[in-house]
Amino acid sequence: MAIGLTHYLVLGAILFSLGLYSVLTRRNAIAILMGVELILNGANINYVAFSHFSTGGLDGQIYAIFVIMLAAAEAAIGLAIVLAIFQIFHTIDVGAVETLKE
Amino acid sequence: MELATVVFYLIAAVTVGSAAMVAFSRNIIYSAFSLLGTFAGVAGIYVFLGADFVAGVQVLIYVGGILVLVLFAVMLTHRITDVQITNRAVGRLPALVVVGILLFLLVQSIRETPWRKAKEILYAPTTAQIGDLFLQSYLLPFELASLVLLAALIGAVLISRKELKE
Repeated sequence: MAIGLTHYLVLGAILFSLGLYSVLTRRNAIAILMGVELILNGANINYVAFSHFSTGGLDGQIYAIFVIMLAAAEAAIGLAIVLAIFQIFHTIDVGAVETLKE
Repeated sequence: MELATVVFYLIAAVTVGSAAMVAFSRNIIYSAFSLLGTFAGVAGIYVFLGADFVAGVQVLIYVGGILVLVLFAVMLTHRITDVQITNRAVGRLPALVVVGILLFLLVQSIRETPWRKAKEILYAPTTAQIGDLFLQSYLLPFELASLVLLAALIGAVLISRKELKE
């Protein structure tokens, strides 16, 4: 069986599920951000696969580039917030961080 | 089996394997380094899909930027000498059940749906066309993206600096 659209969509679904599992179970803020990155990668595979197999244009690839750009911004801001939380609470366990201020 | 099929399954196995390491590893540093395999594998998948520019962007931004950022954050927030479990996880079983059911439904609907097929599948260089699209039909989102990046840059500096106490 030749590699078709289904293979890529299933790969994206697996990445999405692993990322969702990471977000659901982790208590470490950085590990949660890693899960979000996995989810975004799965979504990107879907975008590029659809633009390759279904629509034929480049629009899907453009959306994928925008998603990558937003992921970079999200990682920068998210990790900066994690560092700020670590400076105040001396832990990044999201169970232990319950207030917005000291 | 063709060579391309073998290579596809190899890349997919690397991607899924390291993604599983990210999700299940008990040590946050192993998780962070496993992200490298996932990002590189996804770049390989993009090459398979004829998206050469997106693959390059993936390597530059994810492997070169986000991964280094994550590693920095991990190293800055943990005492490396601590041998205890750094990557605590709670509620593993319910999460596993929910995610398993979701994955099953997703795969089932992917297999059942009659997806639209393109008339012809092209393998052509995409960079020039992407540049044209960015400066023509996607000009406004493109400019907005630069604004978002500037805001993120300033915000990250502002949030992570140390407060000066007087």
